[in-house]
Amino acid sequence: MANRYSAFSLLKHALTGAPWQRAWRSPQPKSSYDVIIVGGGGHGLATAYYLAANHGIRNIAVLEKSYIGSGNVGRNTTLIRSNYILGGNTHFFEHSMKLWEGLSHALNYNVMVSQRGQIVLAHNPSQLDVLGRKGNTMKLNGIDAQLLDRGDVMRILPYLDFSNECRFPIYGGLLQQRAGTVRHDAVAWGYARAASELGVDIIENCEVTGFLENEGTISGVETTRGRIMAGRTAICVAGHSSRLAAMAGLRLPVESHILQAFVTESIKPLIHHVVTFGADLFYISQSDKGGLVFGGHIDGFNTYTQRGQFPKVQDVAECAVALIPGVSRLRLLRHWGGIQDMTPDGSPFIGRTPVKNLYFNGGWCYQGFKATPASGWCFAHTIAHDDEHPLARHFSLDRHMHGNGFDEYGLGLWTYRQ
Amino acid sequence: MNTVLAFGPIGSNSMLRINCPHCGERDYTEFRYAGDANKARPAHGTGDLKTWHDYVFIFDNPKGPHREYWQHVFGCRQWLILERNTATNITGASQLTDTSRAS
Repeated sequence: MANRYSAFSLLKHALTGAPWQRAWRSPQPKSSYDVIIVGGGGHGLATAYYLAANHGIRNIAVLEKSYIGSGNVGRNTTLIRSNYILGGNTHFFEHSMKLWEGLSHALNYNVMVSQRGQIVLAHNPSQLDVLGRKGNTMKLNGIDAQLLDRGDVMRILPYLDFSNECRFPIYGGLLQQRAGTVRHDAVAWGYARAASELGVDIIENCEVTGFLENEGTISGVETTRGRIMAGRTAICVAGHSSRLAAMAGLRLPVESHILQAFVTESIKPLIHHVVTFGADLFYISQSDKGGLVFGGHIDGFNTYTQRGQFPKVQDVAECAVALIPGVSRLRLLRHWGGIQDMTPDGSPFIGRTPVKNLYFNGGWCYQGFKATPASGWCFAHTIAHDDEHPLARHFSLDRHMHGNGFDEYGLGLWTYRQ
Repeated sequence: MNTVLAFGPIGSNSMLRINCPHCGERDYTEFRYAGDANKARPAHGTGDLKTWHDYVFIFDNPKGPHREYWQHVFGCRQWLILERNTATNITGASQLTDTSRAS
């Protein structure tokens, strides 16, 4: 890599005051590419990087309608984990975890992977049984897991509500020590820089407005910066998947919903792990700057407005105070919304489409960020070989037609079961 | 209401309120969302799996005008069809559904 980051380069720039080069090139779009990836979010950039790094395809363009980091890659709560129970999810997300563990070195970019551990709490005995089963499943798949009893949780997370009056008493929890957080912007920037170094053209402010289709084959895209031809075209725009797919004549098992996230004012170190409430969907961690970062459920109806409803702010704040009474007087510094694809079974899609030379990655529900490296890894394989990756074969777009819904939580059509 | 700010029209800045034809305008939290009302349920006895698959699993998911079911669960418990723009959350007309529908 021409401009490799190192302790030496840091020292050199500090002493000479020379300006740092831009992290990735900003080229004009060429008239044609081997592969066009629509969407310069984490998944699109990871896909481009692994296409170049693993499959030797370097004539690639990533088309981003806004700027790199403007979408969901910068709107999530930065959590990574691989504590799943269904075969398929376990292997896929553990692959992602392993890629996270080596990502800073692979990209020569510090993405600040912090394996601070995630603890899922159980609030009744049967819930603790389920966590025990999940932990055993994880260990059988070579993933670290540790079941905690109430005393363990009191020792590790002393700030939780252990009083007799609390509505959801804590019976124990499941710890995955290798889980944690990653600096999400750095993931976008790191993948963009590494992909650009390998020859990938990252084209910002370039919105795709249509596909060039002839007899069921896609041969390129129309954009706000002109027509660009492509051997293969890949959609990677979770949140707006239905909009892009509709341009290619496809209808998807996807609805767009808003998920809100929150950051409080900074406080001294309090929460050293990622803590997940077991009585509702709520998860909290503390950023390196000291703010508490947390989130909850989707608002509950389909929308494309990146702005949440107030009642959900209250719901999520109630979860925070129910779990950690000490945070009740903290002020919210920021809160925002991101639009995510919700699918009927809560699982994503990575694979081919009924349209030739068109590939689709989306439907990430709540789990897009943690999946970023494995998603890019598997999607790059799909594009390079015109076949699904073994780790993602069960995420096929037509699985509901064949009765193969992949439902980690056993909820059925879960968009409406929130 | 058509002024466009950096993050969308002004209408999206306020809480979603739904006009129940029976009870009047209420906060959306009194209602339960129940999906796209433009989907036509296949006739009873339809044997074609693709038809059922599309009815159950496929969504048009438009960014713009949307006709959708809501149930006023914390009010009159009636089902209604609401017109709402999914790009702004600005609502339009609402009407009670045909009570003979089982959906």
